[in-house]
Amino acid sequence: MEFAELIKTPRADNVVLHRPFHAAVEGTLCLTGHHLIFSSRSRDNAEELWLLHSNIDSSEKRFVGSLGTIVIKCKDLRIIQLDIPGMEECLNIASSIEVLSTLDSVTLMYPFFYRPMFELVEDGWRSFLPDKEFELLSSVTDEWRLSCINRDFSVCPSYPPVVIVPKCINDEELRKVALFRHGSRFPVLSYYHRKNGMIMMRSSQPLTGTNGRRCKEDEKLINATLRPGKRGYIIDTRSLNVAQQARAKGGGFEQEVHYPQWRRIHKGIERFNILQESLIKLVEACNDQSHNMDRWLSKLEASNWLTHVKEILTTACLAAQCIDREGASVLVHGTEGTDSTLQVTSLAQIILDPRCRTIRGFESLVVREWLQAGHPFQQRCAQSAYSNSKQKWEAPVFLLFLDCVWQILRQFPCSFEFNEQFLIMLFEHAYASQFGTFLGNNENERAKLKLPQKTMSLWSWVNRTEELSRFQNPIYEANSLVIWPAVAPQSLQLWAGVFLRWNRPSKYLDEAQEEMVRIINHNKELQAKVKVLRRHLAELEADERMREN
Amino acid sequence: QVEQVKLLDRFSTSNKSVTGTLYLTATHLLFIDSSQRETWILHHHIAAVEKLPLTTSGCPLVIQCKNFRIVHFVVPRERDCHDIYNSLLQLSRTAKYEELYAFSYNPKQNESEQVKGWQLIDLAEEYKRMGVPNAYWQLSDANRDYKICETYPRELYVPRTASKPIIVGSSKFRSKGRFPVLSYYHKNKEAAICRCSQPLSGFSARCLEDEHMLQAISKANPSTRYMYVMDTRPKLNAMANRAAGKGYENEDNYSNIRFQFVGIENIHVMRSSLQKLLEVSGTRGLSVNDFLSGLENSGWLRHVKAVMDAAVFLVKAIAVESASVLVHCSDGWDRTSQVCSLGALLLDSYYRTIRGFMVLIEKDWISFGHKFSDRCCQLDGDPKEISPVFTQFLECVWNLTEQFPQAFEYNEAFLLQIHEHVHSCQFGNFLGNCQKEREELKVKEKTYSLWPFLLAEQKKYENPLYNPDFLPELSLLEPNTVSFNFKFWRNMYHQFDRSMHPRQSVLNLIMNLSEQNKQLEEDIKELEAKIRQRNGQSDGVLVKEHQQSAHPAPVALKTPPCFKKEQPLIPGNDAVRTIEGSNTADNRYSELVSEFSKAEPAVVSLEYGVARMTC
Repeated sequence: MEFAELIKTPRADNVVLHRPFHAAVEGTLCLTGHHLIFSSRSRDNAEELWLLHSNIDSSEKRFVGSLGTIVIKCKDLRIIQLDIPGMEECLNIASSIEVLSTLDSVTLMYPFFYRPMFELVEDGWRSFLPDKEFELLSSVTDEWRLSCINRDFSVCPSYPPVVIVPKCINDEELRKVALFRHGSRFPVLSYYHRKNGMIMMRSSQPLTGTNGRRCKEDEKLINATLRPGKRGYIIDTRSLNVAQQARAKGGGFEQEVHYPQWRRIHKGIERFNILQESLIKLVEACNDQSHNMDRWLSKLEASNWLTHVKEILTTACLAAQCIDREGASVLVHGTEGTDSTLQVTSLAQIILDPRCRTIRGFESLVVREWLQAGHPFQQRCAQSAYSNSKQKWEAPVFLLFLDCVWQILRQFPCSFEFNEQFLIMLFEHAYASQFGTFLGNNENERAKLKLPQKTMSLWSWVNRTEELSRFQNPIYEANSLVIWPAVAPQSLQLWAGVFLRWNRPSKYLDEAQEEMVRIINHNKELQAKVKVLRRHLAELEADERMREN
Repeated sequence: QVEQVKLLDRFSTSNKSVTGTLYLTATHLLFIDSSQRETWILHHHIAAVEKLPLTTSGCPLVIQCKNFRIVHFVVPRERDCHDIYNSLLQLSRTAKYEELYAFSYNPKQNESEQVKGWQLIDLAEEYKRMGVPNAYWQLSDANRDYKICETYPRELYVPRTASKPIIVGSSKFRSKGRFPVLSYYHKNKEAAICRCSQPLSGFSARCLEDEHMLQAISKANPSTRYMYVMDTRPKLNAMANRAAGKGYENEDNYSNIRFQFVGIENIHVMRSSLQKLLEVSGTRGLSVNDFLSGLENSGWLRHVKAVMDAAVFLVKAIAVESASVLVHCSDGWDRTSQVCSLGALLLDSYYRTIRGFMVLIEKDWISFGHKFSDRCCQLDGDPKEISPVFTQFLECVWNLTEQFPQAFEYNEAFLLQIHEHVHSCQFGNFLGNCQKEREELKVKEKTYSLWPFLLAEQKKYENPLYNPDFLPELSLLEPNTVSFNFKFWRNMYHQFDRSMHPRQSVLNLIMNLSEQNKQLEEDIKELEAKIRQRNGQSDGVLVKEHQQSAHPAPVALKTPPCFKKEQPLIPGNDAVRTIEGSNTADNRYSELVSEFSKAEPAVVSLEYGVARMTC
């Protein structure tokens, strides 16, 4: 298929672009296979807007006479409006946008066409390989091994080729455990807490069914992680009710009789369309400037977004608490183990492990706990808040995770190497990107699409010095401690950087931020200067003393 | 003194507590826990004391403070508890002004310092700064002896064309004699903010002098023919007042006025709104939705927004239309003070400086007779007179500081500290209900002014991001008043609930850094001077070598002070940051575990302030 066939009107002049809090601009609109490009020719500020078609969540057209108007709503929540003179041009452009923004073939996506304009220093596809992670682990414990059982994705289609499992469990036993777990997602190591040697595993639900099936190998596997005489905690991210209902469909949960050394805790974290609807409601509330206070608060409440944030954070804190305070091993799972499970395990690591609060460490966390762990990005991030499709598999699971990270970042502003912009950037790229990182639903699909060969990795771009400087937190100071966030409703906030980003002028806040950075940098300069001067003075004094002697 | 008293964690679900000793002094309640941490509570800060039913561990005593601190003690013996309860009741309810802390507080200042302290804020000076008196406005001596209006200050500015008979006539037509006077004058626009109380118009009454008075105000503005009259009340309330012979201006009777209601609710609505807000925010184990719906039901943020919207309306009239505005409510000392002062703050950057803010409070709140004593319940009086009007004003200012982080010289701590002292009765500024009362109490001789004490520790209250050139002088601050801009002021209403706040403060860090920067700059100057001096010396060494050798000592002696000063700066960077997160002891997560570990039998759990036996 040629993109040219889809673009009947590749260019339109005298188009007016409307954006909130900006004056309307007149310019030329161009359509390419992957971008909508608007460039204004006004003398004093020539500006260009490049919008990926894949970033477009929905578009609407309407006409007043022959003047057509297209309203474009993006996955990053921005809304723009284009006034296009000429009914035919407008219709053509609208239909091109419609088609180009909803292409269903992955290989037609922009990452397969994108040619980087920067020099490749480090291939991001090879930055976070499991072997390296395992090397780090094996330097502190020898109780774990790297298993290649899933080399050809035949045991578990949503797992990566290599996983970390207890040493005392052989591949044959793993195969049996895989049969006992939903989607074959057998328990694997998620996190090793160096401070006390406690661990966190994740998996999917056990297939106990209504008649209480058991699997000796499964019991052996998870018991292998317990210290003698110690108990462990199973954190089920579903409410007890939901977990019980799952039995009717062949799923279930670990029965006390068969797992006597484990204590099970149920925490209800919502999933799928409930989250998607929550996002849609929240964005709707944020976008309406006319709401009076009561309406705004009740809409905010009705969206339930902050409730989800609180639930997820609380559960992550609980997992972290079991590991750090109780000195117990933890197994986390929900149903499939690809959504709420990952939210909990990754957030718990941010709380516990200072390494995850660095830029590299956080990237590594996203790779390990989201991409390799098989969070179906392509399904979940197919549409965002302006979606009309209402598909069950669409859900802002990753965005919720980022929101939770932001809440912790706000409470510990000096303990993270990255800033808010870094999180927003990840949100944008998860939904629409020139990079291949978030394409596909798991490692299996990515391998089939040959993404590492055919596309550029997001990390190759982000980790260049030029880009990194935008994402660094100027007040970062490594904090080796466990950081416990407050989860009281009074302590949580709406993430304005994402949800109000296009709804309010941010000039004054941005300037204040710049001033803050200026003070910090000035401080560094002054410190350095004092040091130099002091040394200089000391030298002069030494000279003098020598001369005197 | 009572020993073995337990202080419970307010938000703990497992009744976490610390044990210590409780002391009562003449002015404070003091609790020292086993790790020697001290909690001081001023008796005047106590809003309510409540004794709850006896429990197995003792007698619970809940103390609510006006600065939103709530402490929950458990006293082992009921008799002790009863004694404390009675003493606190007596101590926190003062009958006479002379018994307030301000009259016994002695900060070791001598008399001239005390006098100077009171002279720090000079309102005559402030009116001069605004540009009055001038061709249109003059100082009136009509109220020199408080004969026309007891609750106004002696010095009032009125239009030159408003003669004494007009003033007297107008004052008789206004509730409590509070006739229209100047509150703020905008030099560039030649427009004025004036304030008064409601007219005694009833259904049909009119007063020619009052009509003249408004006309005089209108004419005192040469650039715009018409003026606005803002009634800050909801229209219904104003209409209801007509039945009592009060009411609002009839547009037909007054020439060239544009009349506008802005709908801020009265003190009673505000009081119960805050009460509801505190009930919600004080709930243990609160869910997000209960919090948000409680926030909505309390109406608090709606009221805060209403005040802000009113100020924005006022400011637009002046800045955009160059029209003068007359603001009133019922008596013209609550909503009127809020709107006038907030409007001036938006118009004039001076009020966004530390000193300017003090002036603003002295002018629109203290001098114009906001009833601090009644509203803050300084003396044991009518509980229906209590209302958080001033707190609400501070909250509006805080919201502005959030939207314009560089526009204010002061920071949040400054607002909180002022709030603290409005209720502390430690300084004379806020005592009583009006200037006349303060004069009768001789506060200037017998008590101290708050402002010099705040200025003495100014560094604590400075906003490190403040940019005096943020906007040119007398240019407008235009806040966005879309609902989502108004946030719950956690640092005010949960000031003392440490577990709720971020564990690292960017503001403090930046404050310290910018402070450090100043010091470093000085050090650099000093070092450079020394190096220059030394270079000069070493140039001269060859010539004056033997002179030099005669005084080797000073050189060696000179360096240490320089080093001494700088030494703390290097570790200073670490000292700047305090990380509290790692300590679960002051955190709620320790309770998450206890949630699932089985509850011990026969524990007494205190929920919603009522003891309940659970066995």
